[in-house]
Amino acid sequence: MLSKRSLVGVRWNFHTLAVLFFFLIGTQVFAADPAVSESEEAISAGKTVFNANCKTCHKLDQKAVGPALRGITDRQSIEWAKRFIVNSQEVIASGDDYANDLYEEYGNLQMPPHTFLTDTDLDNLLSYIEYGDKVDPAAEASAGGEGGEVSGGGGGIPTEYLTIIVVVLVIVLLLILIVLGLIISVLTKYINKQDLPEDDKEFVSQKFDIGKVLKSDGFIIIVTAIVIALVAKTAIDGLYGVGIQQGYAPTQPIAYSHALHAGTLEIECQYCHTGVEIGKSANIPSANICMNCHTHVQNVEGKEGISPEIQKIYDAVDNNKPIEWVRVHNLPDLAYFNHSQHVKVGEIECQTCHGPIEEMEVVYQHSSLTMGWCIDCHRQTEIAADGNEYYDKLVQLHSDSKDALKVKDIGGLECAKCHY
Amino acid sequence: MKETKKTYWKGLEQLNNDPEFVKHADREFPELPSALGEDGSASRRDFLKLMGFSLAAASLAACEAPVRKAIPYVNKPVDINPSIPNYYASTFASGGDYAAVVVKTREGRPIKIDGNELSPINKGKVNAIVEASVLSLYDKHRLTGPALNGEKSDWATVDAQVKSSLAGAGSIKIVSNTILSPSTEKVIEQFTAAFGDVEVIMYDPLSNYGIKKAAETYYGQSVIPSYYFDKAKTIVSFGADFLGTWISPIEFAGQYGKTRKISKENPEMSRHYQFESNLSMTGANADYRTPIKASQSGLAVLALYNMIAGKAGATRVSSPAVEVANLEKAANDLWASRGASLVVSGSNDPNVQVVINAINELLGNNGATVDFSAPVFFRRGDDSRMNQFVDELKGGQIGAVIFHNCNPVYDHPRGAEIAEGIANARVSISTNGTPDETASLVQVQAPDHHFLESWNDFQPKAGHFSLAQPTISPLFDTRQAQDSFLTWAGSETGYYDFLQQTWRETLYATLGQDTPFQEFWDRSLYNGVVNAAQAETEATSIVAIGDVSAAASAVTAAYSADNSGAELIIYSKVGIGNGTFANNPWLQEMPDPITKATWDNYLTVSQKWATDNGISMVEENTQKATISVNGKSLTLPVLIQPGQAEGTFGFALGYGRTKGGRVANGVGVNAYDLLDSSKGFVNFEVTSGVEVQVTGDSYKIARTQTHQTFMGRENVIQEATLADYKQDASAGRYKPEIYKDGEFVKPSKISLWKGHQYSQHHWGLAIDMNSCIGCSACSVACQAENNVAVVGKQEVLNRREMAWIRIDRYYSSDAPADDLDGMEVASQNPEVTFQPMMCQQCNNAPCETVCPVAATTHSSEGLNQMTYNRCIGTRYCANNCPYKVRRFNWFKYHDNKDFAGVNVAQNDDLGKMVLNPDVTVRVRGVMEKCSMCVQRIQAGKLTAKREKRKIQDGEINVACAVACPTDALVFGDMNDPNSKVSQLLKIEENSTSALKEVNEERAYHVLEEINVSPNVWYFTKIRNKDKNEA
Repeated sequence: MLSKRSLVGVRWNFHTLAVLFFFLIGTQVFAADPAVSESEEAISAGKTVFNANCKTCHKLDQKAVGPALRGITDRQSIEWAKRFIVNSQEVIASGDDYANDLYEEYGNLQMPPHTFLTDTDLDNLLSYIEYGDKVDPAAEASAGGEGGEVSGGGGGIPTEYLTIIVVVLVIVLLLILIVLGLIISVLTKYINKQDLPEDDKEFVSQKFDIGKVLKSDGFIIIVTAIVIALVAKTAIDGLYGVGIQQGYAPTQPIAYSHALHAGTLEIECQYCHTGVEIGKSANIPSANICMNCHTHVQNVEGKEGISPEIQKIYDAVDNNKPIEWVRVHNLPDLAYFNHSQHVKVGEIECQTCHGPIEEMEVVYQHSSLTMGWCIDCHRQTEIAADGNEYYDKLVQLHSDSKDALKVKDIGGLECAKCHY
Repeated sequence: MKETKKTYWKGLEQLNNDPEFVKHADREFPELPSALGEDGSASRRDFLKLMGFSLAAASLAACEAPVRKAIPYVNKPVDINPSIPNYYASTFASGGDYAAVVVKTREGRPIKIDGNELSPINKGKVNAIVEASVLSLYDKHRLTGPALNGEKSDWATVDAQVKSSLAGAGSIKIVSNTILSPSTEKVIEQFTAAFGDVEVIMYDPLSNYGIKKAAETYYGQSVIPSYYFDKAKTIVSFGADFLGTWISPIEFAGQYGKTRKISKENPEMSRHYQFESNLSMTGANADYRTPIKASQSGLAVLALYNMIAGKAGATRVSSPAVEVANLEKAANDLWASRGASLVVSGSNDPNVQVVINAINELLGNNGATVDFSAPVFFRRGDDSRMNQFVDELKGGQIGAVIFHNCNPVYDHPRGAEIAEGIANARVSISTNGTPDETASLVQVQAPDHHFLESWNDFQPKAGHFSLAQPTISPLFDTRQAQDSFLTWAGSETGYYDFLQQTWRETLYATLGQDTPFQEFWDRSLYNGVVNAAQAETEATSIVAIGDVSAAASAVTAAYSADNSGAELIIYSKVGIGNGTFANNPWLQEMPDPITKATWDNYLTVSQKWATDNGISMVEENTQKATISVNGKSLTLPVLIQPGQAEGTFGFALGYGRTKGGRVANGVGVNAYDLLDSSKGFVNFEVTSGVEVQVTGDSYKIARTQTHQTFMGRENVIQEATLADYKQDASAGRYKPEIYKDGEFVKPSKISLWKGHQYSQHHWGLAIDMNSCIGCSACSVACQAENNVAVVGKQEVLNRREMAWIRIDRYYSSDAPADDLDGMEVASQNPEVTFQPMMCQQCNNAPCETVCPVAATTHSSEGLNQMTYNRCIGTRYCANNCPYKVRRFNWFKYHDNKDFAGVNVAQNDDLGKMVLNPDVTVRVRGVMEKCSMCVQRIQAGKLTAKREKRKIQDGEINVACAVACPTDALVFGDMNDPNSKVSQLLKIEENSTSALKEVNEERAYHVLEEINVSPNVWYFTKIRNKDKNEA
């Protein structure tokens, strides 16, 4: 399943109701200044400006580091908005009440000046803020109605049904057992009332001897075989597990929370992991990237003073001493893995391998990272060939086949794709 | 098809069918001492050891994996992204040698050097020495900081000491190899202004003083000209190894390669005559090679002059008669192609060079193929001034001597006298980067950066400039020599600012008017080179003022036609060169192109002399001999060299280092001691007073030449003469046919296999044996790119060298193998063919079918993949490989103290910085081989995929092809009909089949008859000869 890689997508169901509620009100309350252009080009140009300059701290319809932006031209004049964007400190210093209130509300965080933005840029930006990326409430509602099962496995019988079937079967079998027992006792009573030869009598009244069964060769052989099989399976499973660190969650030098940054604040993965679309390494962010935000954000949940964890970043920067993170995902040196191939070219979501990273307080190794795990995925994953000229010939040659073009079809299972 | 009647052999033992050789020849792995005990059987103790190991291994495996750290930058530099290489243009210069390079860095470490394609001099190409120089950066032997009288010191103390001592020192001499840097010259000017009596004395270990001196006599300009081999239809060389070591070999090899490219459409190539005593790499490539004695060489040049003069109607000079085969023929060809021919000589005798100038003048080559108007600045050393300097130093007339990145104690003929004399100077300083033979004798060691840590500029040729920039922060507390000079001169400016200032005043003033200086500078730095010359290679002639008769009579006096004594010709090897980089194990283990010997120098002797003295050489086994030259004697092993002129002996420079570092020390014998500088120039040919005596001690030379033999399957080399080729483009081709169902068919028509389908790419390599000169740059490039281990001399003797690409050198002659007399003649002067041999990436690969664990498999792009982590080391694949290109890791070569002294790139913490992080370092017990640089293929594909486009031809290239100075190797996608390799092979259809229809007549598969269907194609060797002859 190839959807755009965003954390919002994964957290869909949790927010559905909130967003729905928000929009029912939002669409009525916020109306844009009619002077703001509604043209497609302006909105898309504005989106570019927004993504480049604003996205780190702002969202359109939700509070983030800074306020939600949609409706700003209704709340204030276009002129005011432009002035504030270009140099907020100037507006605040001029004694503007609204600006000062905002400043205070958001913990006296300074917004950096954007003097480099042209007037057209600003117009486009406002177009995007007012009209861009609106979520259709109707679509929202229907998405909510499905119960939010957006992600997850393919077809098959759900596990609850399986359990019910098993329970019903067990009950039926028990009933049959009871019925059979009743029939036996009735028949025995009936036979005992008859006059029978000595042999038959003995046969009818014989007792079930559990000791004999336990000592029988057949029983011993069966039990021994089962024990050996179990021990062997445990041993083999144990050996297969050697070197697999699934679930490995070492304590990191800074109690950094992905749940907070990626989950609650919805910061894009690539903001910190800058190498993920260009190279082999995703890159553990250098301290200067942390400082982009943590120059301003010094503590959590509006607490006073500097958080001891954030202080560690400052120490690292002040002493020019890098933070020594503990590596969680360790591939052996003999395997070559390139993030850009998977993320940029293959359009795989981070969570596919790294799990629900946006919910992790402490990062753990979600996948087994074994070769079997890699290969399984290569067998199942389709090539993101759309619009990629590199794959044109392969797609053309594969067009006769009924199946989709998968990684395995273009040599994705070959040794020298990863080992050299 | 014409049957070739030639006999090919890789070594004399094969030619002579030596029983010892025959016994071993069919063994993949020769008899070797066992790894387990002397007797080859495992003892009980060994068994217990092994058992203990497996227990320990099992329990270790159960432990938790070690905690690994991921440490990011504190402040990440904008242009450095982990795992993404950066490339910087820079310049290699050492001892008067030059190459504009592009340095690949990973995470701030230089790991690979390639040529800079923008350079009009080396045109994107390099040689083995330049390729290997990146490893020298990580040399543990380098000085880690300044030192005073052998004690570690700091720069402030050193500067104070030097400033005060220089001030009262009197006459100051700066001794250096050729300085190519205009800014460095300016720095020295400033230094001179501060101290007054300063003189720069330049010398070069491989001197070309004779050419400069002759130009002064003959043209009135003391310069070395540019040579344009690419414009020459006839090339005559008297002992000049211009493809290997002479003046500017990378440039000349590139030019020469152009004249050796041949196709049906353009069936013309240059004709190359070589007259020499040792069989040089250049001589091995010649169409006609004549072995002559060094004592005759001057007379041969005179004789050629007279022949040309006869044709030109100029006055002949009197000279003694001398019989030289092919000389008359050469004269005729030269005359026929006058104005497009070239005569060069490797002699350092100015008189001989004057005659050479006169010959080129008569042929009208001045201004056509020899260009004095575009002088080169390589090797401008002044032998006579240096000679005088040694006398002055000994006489105590020198106040202060500064050795600027040179090592005359080792590499000057009078090194021993310099070593004694240094103490006579009041002040002695060295900027050498290592505590070498010279630096260890001086009072002040002020070590310079490695060139990959330095800023500098260069002017290799009039009007051509290039820059060097640091590609790594200095590893040690060293300081750029120019900064040292500036500091001592009292200047506050750093060399970087000084350099920019020089460029602002000179080049920017003439070239960059329209742009701001910063832009001009940035662009120059980005490109690495700046061309301020007029239109390139537009040669103009200059007027001769000299006279040839004086030189002729001097030559007549100095040379004789019938010298009966032994003669010594001292040469330099393509790999080790002048010995500066002797501490580089990549170069030490690179087999010499001709002798295929590693880790040694030796006395090359003729077959006749060996027979007369009762020496026979079977593979590595030989004997030692003592050579005495005018009182000095040295003992070294003997190597029988086919093609060695009778009565002459060859001896390579660059060995016998005593303070070169742990790799270099004790390897070979120093030949500089035997050079003669009594005539005012360094004479590499000693023609009198030479005596050679066999000592009888046996010795082993680690040669790779007879390893992996083809067992008499002679069609691996296919060749023809140009005349035959012109009539039939498939001349010389061996086209095997196999009988099937009543008819003879091509081997490819019969196969057990279904055949692969390559839907996207089909990687292939075309190798032109006609332009392969054997220089081995590919081999070192491969070593650097693929983390190939160095195994050391003993392991090479055990036939366990690891090179993924080897260059097979075949001797050949017309004489059939049973004609013994004929064979004797043949071994006196055989033809030579070079054939680069690497994994042929067979479509029907014999290795794949025998691997019990499927560790070697076929890819969907035509590659034969080797998976190390799957290999269990049965070595079946190597046994079944018809090309013998698979290498087995008999030992763990990394992190192993037994190999720490040779395999420095995989043992030292410092050396490991050169490793390519994209290629696994292999462990003991696994097989390895050429992967066709699969890491580059994967990286190139990924880039294209990221950019959502098709791959362009040329953007992915294998390391060997990138390095090749003659473009003999061409790599590409055979599924792309527009790729260079497809066009060379004339593959027209765009099919996905593994079996491509190749229409080029010259292209063939080695061992086509066994139909393993390689993806590597060879092009027949074409010799520009009238008829097939030895």
